[in-house]
Amino acid sequence: MSEGILVFIEQRDGALNKTSLEAIVAAQRIAASTGDKVSAIVLGNGIANVASEVAAKKLEKVYTLEDDRLNEYTPDGYVGALKQAIEKLSPRFVILSHTYQVRDFAPRLTTALGKTFVTDCIAVRVDGSDVVFTRQIFQGKINTDVRVSAESPVFASFQSGSYRADLAEAGAAAVEPLAVDMSGVTIRTETEPKFQEAKQAVDLTQAPLIVAVGRGIKSQDNLPVVQALADALGAEIAASRPICDNEWLPMDRQIGSSGQTVAPKLYLAVGISGAIQHVVGMKNAQTIVAINKDAEAPIFDIADYGIVGDLFEIVPALTEEIKKAKG
Amino acid sequence: MKICVCLKQVPKKDSILRIAQDQKWIDERDISYEMSEADAYALEEALRQKEAHGGEVIVISMGPERTRQSIKEALAKGADRAIHLDDPIFEQATDAAGIGRAIAAALKDEGCDLIMTGLQSDDHGFGQVGLIIAERLGMSSATIVMEVQIETGSVRVKRELESGWFQWVRVPTPAVLTIQSGINQLRYATLKGIMSAKKKELREVKAADLNLTADDLKPLQSIERAYVPEKSKQTEFIEGKPAEIAARLVEKLRFDARVF
Repeated sequence: MSEGILVFIEQRDGALNKTSLEAIVAAQRIAASTGDKVSAIVLGNGIANVASEVAAKKLEKVYTLEDDRLNEYTPDGYVGALKQAIEKLSPRFVILSHTYQVRDFAPRLTTALGKTFVTDCIAVRVDGSDVVFTRQIFQGKINTDVRVSAESPVFASFQSGSYRADLAEAGAAAVEPLAVDMSGVTIRTETEPKFQEAKQAVDLTQAPLIVAVGRGIKSQDNLPVVQALADALGAEIAASRPICDNEWLPMDRQIGSSGQTVAPKLYLAVGISGAIQHVVGMKNAQTIVAINKDAEAPIFDIADYGIVGDLFEIVPALTEEIKKAKG
Repeated sequence: MKICVCLKQVPKKDSILRIAQDQKWIDERDISYEMSEADAYALEEALRQKEAHGGEVIVISMGPERTRQSIKEALAKGADRAIHLDDPIFEQATDAAGIGRAIAAALKDEGCDLIMTGLQSDDHGFGQVGLIIAERLGMSSATIVMEVQIETGSVRVKRELESGWFQWVRVPTPAVLTIQSGINQLRYATLKGIMSAKKKELREVKAADLNLTADDLKPLQSIERAYVPEKSKQTEFIEGKPAEIAARLVEKLRFDARVF
């Protein structure tokens, strides 16, 4: 009989990925309705610090799974180890955060186990004997409630920022090593050292004011329009992914899941539609202003001030007005 | 080098989406469709690798009749042949597990060295189908790929990690690679390509051909309700002529938001 909720804890080089704490909060929310006990599992080598950091949360147990074959993350190593751990622990739910690492191995794991996996959820509620997950489709334009009719364990991953890590209930969990047999696990991936493309010249996380530009700018030749606004405000310029892909601005100016995550005082989004990959990187800004020609653009869902119109008319007018205001 | 590209056809990026009457999906009337963006980059990468190393590019797509338009576009761009999973039974496969199972079954005997697909689709965005195929066919995998270098018996790829970090990894072929949007410049189909596409093989596959029944593809998770997200913030829209908008916004930023 399956019981309990197991949370996958992600670590890189012995450092905890903070979104794992958000996953603990999601699990604690489910547990509050179902009465399940929540445990966590950490994989790797030299993970004692991560395990004890997580053990300070209200959890039944923190399982550690240490093996030489887990020194470096590989999908084969993680699938091989977690498959055995999950078969042994037989939880009702396995909760993960929807990180790039989870996206790299979890669908293989759930397929190997023959289980269903609800990815990239933003909320969860318990409805009688069922659990209903909320996930976004069409890049955040539409929400769906997803009902699962599958044998446990049910797997679900949560989008970064869906729950607040600081709301994880505190406690004192026992850390317990879990033995699995990795001798039959073949690691096919050869890894090379991780690297950053260009030295992050700009640390946008420290900028109080950010003017960000997206596809709506149409061409690199038009960038000075937005740069002038940033200059007038004394703001850093940033961009959504397509702009950096086109190399119109360097990659260290990119905001979003593959770029930097920021929470400035002001985030002024120019010609950015607000795809979810961008929004996760800036939704915690104190004040969000969006200028976009499409009134239905999802960026307006999170904006404090919205301007529907042609950026090529509005941005220059705004630049002038700011210059005037600043004297 | 035999490369297969899994394509999904999705509503065009700029479509205005309305919820369908039954509140389970969008209203598909008046919607135009296109190849999902990341899949288009996967196709482009496959075509470039074929041009550099020789071989064959096969495209596979599952979907109703309209999907042919995207399949033909892929053939016009340079794919050599296509497989179309077109059957009412496939339309019941609405979760990633079912879609992955059907595509894996169709590719089982193709002997592909590489299977490429977008990292996730623009509609459901499951981000799972590529890896489900890999696991079902026993292939190695690498996801969120930014660059592909084909070697003998293996492929070396640059993976995107989070927060501006990257990593090169090498996996043995056959392998599944999920491709990140924007890794190359997409080509347009030429007139010559469009003409020659008409002569290329487009094989239609039914569920029975793969020994799959509706029961095999029954979704384990389903959309109970689709709805427009509630706004987390009350947006104040500022209207008027550009100069008026600018003046009002500056006032708000100065006195309400106090940003300067």
